[in-house]
Amino acid sequence: MSSIVQTLKTERGVALQKRLVLYLIMALFAAVFLAPLYVVLATSLKTFQDARLAAMWSLPPQVSFEAFVAAIQRLAPHLRNSFVLVIPATLASAALGSINGYVFSKWRFRGANTIFALMLFGMFIPYQSILIPLVVFLRNIGLYGSLGGLILTHVVYGIPITTLMFRNFYAKIPEELLDAGYMDGLELFGAYRRIIVPLSAPGLVVVVIWQFTSIWNDFLFAVTITQRPGVQPITVALQNLAGSQVIEWNVQMAGALLAALPTLVLYVILGKYFVRGMLAGSVKG
Amino acid sequence: MIRSKRELTKAVVIVSPSIVLVGVFVYGFILWSLRTSVSAWEGIRPDYTFVGLRNYINLFQSTRFQIDLWNTAYFTVFFIALCIVLGFLLAFLINRDVRGEGVFRTIYLFPMALSFIVTGVVWRWMLNPTFGVNILLANLGLPSDWGWYTDPTRIAGFHVALTSLILAASWQFAGYTMAIYLAGLRSIPHDVIESARMDGASEVLIVRKVILPMLRPITLSAVIVLGHISLKIFDLVMAMTGRGPRFATDFPGVFMFETTFTGNRYGEGAAISIVMLLMVALVIIPYLVHTFRKEDQ
Repeated sequence: MSSIVQTLKTERGVALQKRLVLYLIMALFAAVFLAPLYVVLATSLKTFQDARLAAMWSLPPQVSFEAFVAAIQRLAPHLRNSFVLVIPATLASAALGSINGYVFSKWRFRGANTIFALMLFGMFIPYQSILIPLVVFLRNIGLYGSLGGLILTHVVYGIPITTLMFRNFYAKIPEELLDAGYMDGLELFGAYRRIIVPLSAPGLVVVVIWQFTSIWNDFLFAVTITQRPGVQPITVALQNLAGSQVIEWNVQMAGALLAALPTLVLYVILGKYFVRGMLAGSVKG
Repeated sequence: MIRSKRELTKAVVIVSPSIVLVGVFVYGFILWSLRTSVSAWEGIRPDYTFVGLRNYINLFQSTRFQIDLWNTAYFTVFFIALCIVLGFLLAFLINRDVRGEGVFRTIYLFPMALSFIVTGVVWRWMLNPTFGVNILLANLGLPSDWGWYTDPTRIAGFHVALTSLILAASWQFAGYTMAIYLAGLRSIPHDVIESARMDGASEVLIVRKVILPMLRPITLSAVIVLGHISLKIFDLVMAMTGRGPRFATDFPGVFMFETTFTGNRYGEGAAISIVMLLMVALVIIPYLVHTFRKEDQ
């Protein structure tokens, strides 16, 4: 015992102590960040009776999948709606962003920067300020209340951020590479197809993850545009589930986990790209 | 740079559909909202009869909107402060050659991948006054009779119930500030800090006089990004608390949605949305101008 005390008194011992405190603090924070996840898991694996008791923090006395079965039954069509919405919307806005980003980074026509800045403003606006005209417009073209209308909405309002991300990404492709291409007789499209597109993979992954996550997680557009339960995506369905008369916490938590799973899986597998998108989202690349 | 004029024209043609779309859907629709906000439109059918500033005057005279503005101000300040302090602390800790850095980073950042709806549903359960965190606090021997989002108390304009939303939102976004601070810390050259250390500066002094000033641009963009999120907050409130007891957790976004789509008072709803836009524009436009000026130089 005394020898341990002696070691701790030495310089190395102090450093070791400091490390220990550091790890302790970090583990404590990790526990706080993970606490909600623990509660979700523990609650969703409980039966209705167990979840109603004031035993939120305890492990389920017996593991039950009844909550997941109920949640899947109610949410499966909405998960499907979300995929039907997110996949085409993500691909379309990535395609638009790529071509725009190419032009804005490599073909700086006069006024390009001003137009780009004006475009960017569109990604910061509170969407409430365009919501009423959007509803009227979608009604007029017959897309109100449909997933098609929602896809169109997400593609259009995704233009600023996807353009920004691709523009910053393409800015890192050296001009000389393109100049060589032009010397070889490539034109605007040719250079895009032969030089830019093959180099786009990392940027594309960032944009796809970003758009997938934000469209999947959107609530405001979804709840405004899709009124019929049959077409509502998962966020709206989860909110409705949570607002229902009988509060089945176990089913709600199972539902929350199902709604979170696709983006969570993407994040865990491709976290590096997720972070890159986030950093790009704060305007400067 | 070898660019023929014809090709440059083609480039403009290619981006013009996007420019037109953004022009119409952002700027055109904002003007349309503006026009709606000075109209008499109530009920399902559009009615653009001009009524001047009536909707705005009604709005600013209503108790609910005044509360909303207070709530927005308090929420914004506390949410940003918490995210910045926590985010910097976490980044600073992680940056000290921590083993398993990736694991810690992943844990602190994962809430960013979730939707506000998921966060709201989960935190409503977590902060449930009878089941939630209170039980945990009681077990630890701490004060445990918090009402959380059901607390109607108001101190100096601050609704105590907002604390719940601030906690949930900060849980979700602290990882974001951590990530950008970490990127910033990593870009500070090692020898700058080393030489300060050689000069005998203490760790605290190094943080205050060397690190924090160098991270100022990052703090600025964190404030902007978090600020514009909090000014338009909607989803989290809807999922977690709704407008709350006596509008304790009400925000302009919620008020706008209810006025417009539940109350069918489109004129007033549009007015709220324009006020929201102005608040965000006040933060964003100087930032964009600043950013692009710098880029042009």
